[in-house]
Amino acid sequence: MRASDLDDWTTGTALDLVGSSVDRVDAVDKVTGRARYTADVQLPGQLTGVIVRSPIPHGRVVSIDTASALGVEGVVDVLTADDIDEISWYEDDAPLLPGIVRYVGDEVALVVAETRSDAERGVGALSVEYEPMEFLTHPDDVERPGAPELLGNESADEVEEDGRGDVDEAFDDAHIVVEGTFRTPVAIHNSLEPHGAVADWVGDSITLYTSTQGVNDVREQMGERLGLNHNQVRVVSEFVGGGFGAKQVAWKPTMLAALASKRTGRPVWVMNDRSGENVAAGKRNGTEHTVRIAADPDGRLLAIDADVRADRGAYAVKGEASAVSGPYLHLYQCARVRTRVRRVRTNTGPAVAFRAPGYVESTFVLESLMDELAGELDIDPIELRRRNHSSRNQQEDLEWSQPEGLLRSYERVAEVARWDETDDRDETDGEDEHDGLLHGRGFAAHDWLAASAMPPGHAGVEFNFDGSVHVSTSAQDIGTGTRTVLAQVVADELGVDISSVRLSLGDTSTGPPAPTSAGSTTVPTMAPAVRAAAAAAVDDLLDAAAEHHGVERSSLSFDGTHVKSSAAAFEDQPLGDLLSDLSPRVVHGWGGRETIAEDVSPRAQGSAVAEVSVDPLTGEVRVTSITVAPDCGRILNRRLADSQVIGGVTQGIGFALTEEQVVDHRLGVVVNPDLNEYLLPTVSDTCTIRHAALDIPDLRANPLGTKGIGELPLIAVPAAIANAVRDATGIRLHELPITRRRLLEAIASSEALDHESGDHR
Amino acid sequence: MSNELFTLRVNGSDHDVADSWLGESLLDVLRDRIGLMGSKGACTQGECGSCSVLVDGVLVCSCLVMGASAVDQEIVTIEGVAPVGTPSDVQQAFVDAGAVQCGFCTPGLVMAVHDLLERTGSPTDTEIREELAGNVCRCTGYGRIIDAVQQVAVRRSSDHDGGRGDAS
Repeated sequence: MRASDLDDWTTGTALDLVGSSVDRVDAVDKVTGRARYTADVQLPGQLTGVIVRSPIPHGRVVSIDTASALGVEGVVDVLTADDIDEISWYEDDAPLLPGIVRYVGDEVALVVAETRSDAERGVGALSVEYEPMEFLTHPDDVERPGAPELLGNESADEVEEDGRGDVDEAFDDAHIVVEGTFRTPVAIHNSLEPHGAVADWVGDSITLYTSTQGVNDVREQMGERLGLNHNQVRVVSEFVGGGFGAKQVAWKPTMLAALASKRTGRPVWVMNDRSGENVAAGKRNGTEHTVRIAADPDGRLLAIDADVRADRGAYAVKGEASAVSGPYLHLYQCARVRTRVRRVRTNTGPAVAFRAPGYVESTFVLESLMDELAGELDIDPIELRRRNHSSRNQQEDLEWSQPEGLLRSYERVAEVARWDETDDRDETDGEDEHDGLLHGRGFAAHDWLAASAMPPGHAGVEFNFDGSVHVSTSAQDIGTGTRTVLAQVVADELGVDISSVRLSLGDTSTGPPAPTSAGSTTVPTMAPAVRAAAAAAVDDLLDAAAEHHGVERSSLSFDGTHVKSSAAAFEDQPLGDLLSDLSPRVVHGWGGRETIAEDVSPRAQGSAVAEVSVDPLTGEVRVTSITVAPDCGRILNRRLADSQVIGGVTQGIGFALTEEQVVDHRLGVVVNPDLNEYLLPTVSDTCTIRHAALDIPDLRANPLGTKGIGELPLIAVPAAIANAVRDATGIRLHELPITRRRLLEAIASSEALDHESGDHR
Repeated sequence: MSNELFTLRVNGSDHDVADSWLGESLLDVLRDRIGLMGSKGACTQGECGSCSVLVDGVLVCSCLVMGASAVDQEIVTIEGVAPVGTPSDVQQAFVDAGAVQCGFCTPGLVMAVHDLLERTGSPTDTEIREELAGNVCRCTGYGRIIDAVQQVAVRRSSDHDGGRGDAS
């Protein structure tokens, strides 16, 4: 059955499980350590591979002396470029093991040994001779006039331009223009489970256990490069230790493990270590935005003009496609918008999508400027957004699937954060006499583009002969709760208890194809698909029952435990009895989400309020509370949604205040490729986080009205925090993260300015 | 670089470890030699806490301890905090509070919470934030983990028999 043929689950539809806080179905496996991740796969005879990485940012590999490594006890094989031909990687079709390395961390060889310690000693013994070449790791240096063309940068005429209307004209006679140049850092996903794979090549087929967001995409990408069809490549990802975008493509460890398994005839385990994970497994691209916005005296936007540079690193990775222009184009009603995006290559690791790629970065910039505009015009920040509300996709001239969703978010976030109870902003900002801290609050709105789902996605639902239900799909659960919410949907469609529903997923061999888990689209794609499969299974059940009992099909119904008939002679039959009678006929149904809504533009938008306290002596910013109101459509499981919110907000706090990959541009080396100096938020950094839940079914998006939530709670948080810091200190930070050093320097320079102008505060 | 046989006492049972390089970490020995895959190697540099185990009642990052140095000590891993099929009170609280997402950091956090509650029966919010700061979680944002700790503390103090399956 097609998902588009389903009846709508309206707000009036009685649902037992959907919407309730069902326990995560795999929670016990996870808390007991029983859940098996890629890194935990152990097959008989398994070898361990350790990757040898380039220590220089650019240069030629002159020679690799493998003999010394092969002489180490336990070392079985060493793979170098000489052993591999015709396998290219990345969008650039670069060699898998390149002869010219492009960044510190670029893969050069794989040492394969009986144990990890053997392999590590083999790596120590391996000697590689390099001929260093000129390198550029800072995008400013790449763009400097006369800079050498090292990595084939896109030339100026290949800048990606988008927008509508005549922008320049609008700025000429605008009432007010607010502008600035802003920077966002390179941030690292740092999933707790690194990227990696165990490859088991047997005969003409390979099984790849790999930590991925997309088992089907990995099958396709690996099969294509290895010359194998879909039946010859099985990809398994039963439990995934986080992804956040970085695991949405096949990465080199998977291919290296595959090649090593083929050569040695044994299973091979290759996982990145934490350093490899930080330098060579994707990153959020660093960006620089020069943006101006023009408005009329009431704060209505007349024009937006954004010039963005993104540092994509040394290679282009499928899935990066950072949508940095999105917020400028879509968040507000504005007749004149121009976005220009140029992607620069540097001798650093490749960028890949990271939770709301591009959107987190541009939302910080646009919402910083909107906050300035509110201040300049003395308009309440939320009122300013209301005045600029857009109910449609102005680029495609289609109404949003939920035209009022963002307005409802503003209402709800203001209510829960008690925004209006302190309507005189001067009472909340500035110095508190008691603790010497500066207190402030900030607001930001956000758009998100992917609520429409990513079809096709397919699933099967089958009744076991005892009446229990098996759902099969090759979607995957990367830790979000996919297994749980899909089981809830199936159970409610069938009217059965959730304990009788089991899902097989995360394995290309056990279910029909499903999309990669990305863009918060798994729920809007797969929830309709599994519901359609369940509905088809009921159809099949009733067809079979009608045939078996010789009664009118239209008289039959299924209530979750019994098949019933309006025909007088028919006695209610328990499901299990009927299924036994029907044996060997297997009762099942297929369902699929094939299309996306075309008459509307599905959208998931929202907003955030942050409260901070700032110590003006140390520059320390403490976030005291964050409230977010994401319009994710119908909430399938409130507890899991809350969990996504708390986690997403916390990543937003990290991006705003601490997370930044630091490169020494003289050496071209990442100086913090670890969790000691790349500062992820810990439990000490957390604050009060409130989910101002909306839970508005968006039935124009799909028949369940659900849109996915993964990305939403993060997007506006860094902007809201920056605006709160502005409210507290009077200082507008133009660069994230807002570290103590940056804030103290900004405070010092603003004091210097005050002194110059004789304004002693 | 000698390879020798030694014996580790893990979760109450003796395990002979053969052919192990003596410099191998306890984490690698537990996982690769003894087959206990519950302790996770997320950073293998002592920075994330995912590999936390108890060695003679002391919480350690097993990636920083040599396996061979833990001879004659009682090692407790995530597999040993409770009998199979009967989660410990801490494990159950993680389930009940929804303190789990991808789950990769969870075994280490469960060990750290067992250790914390063993030493401090009713930890304050600040104590929880200090004591668990060595366990990094990238998914949950920690809020539910704090809830889980508080739930166990309350249950244990209202039930003087103590929780099931204490780790020590």
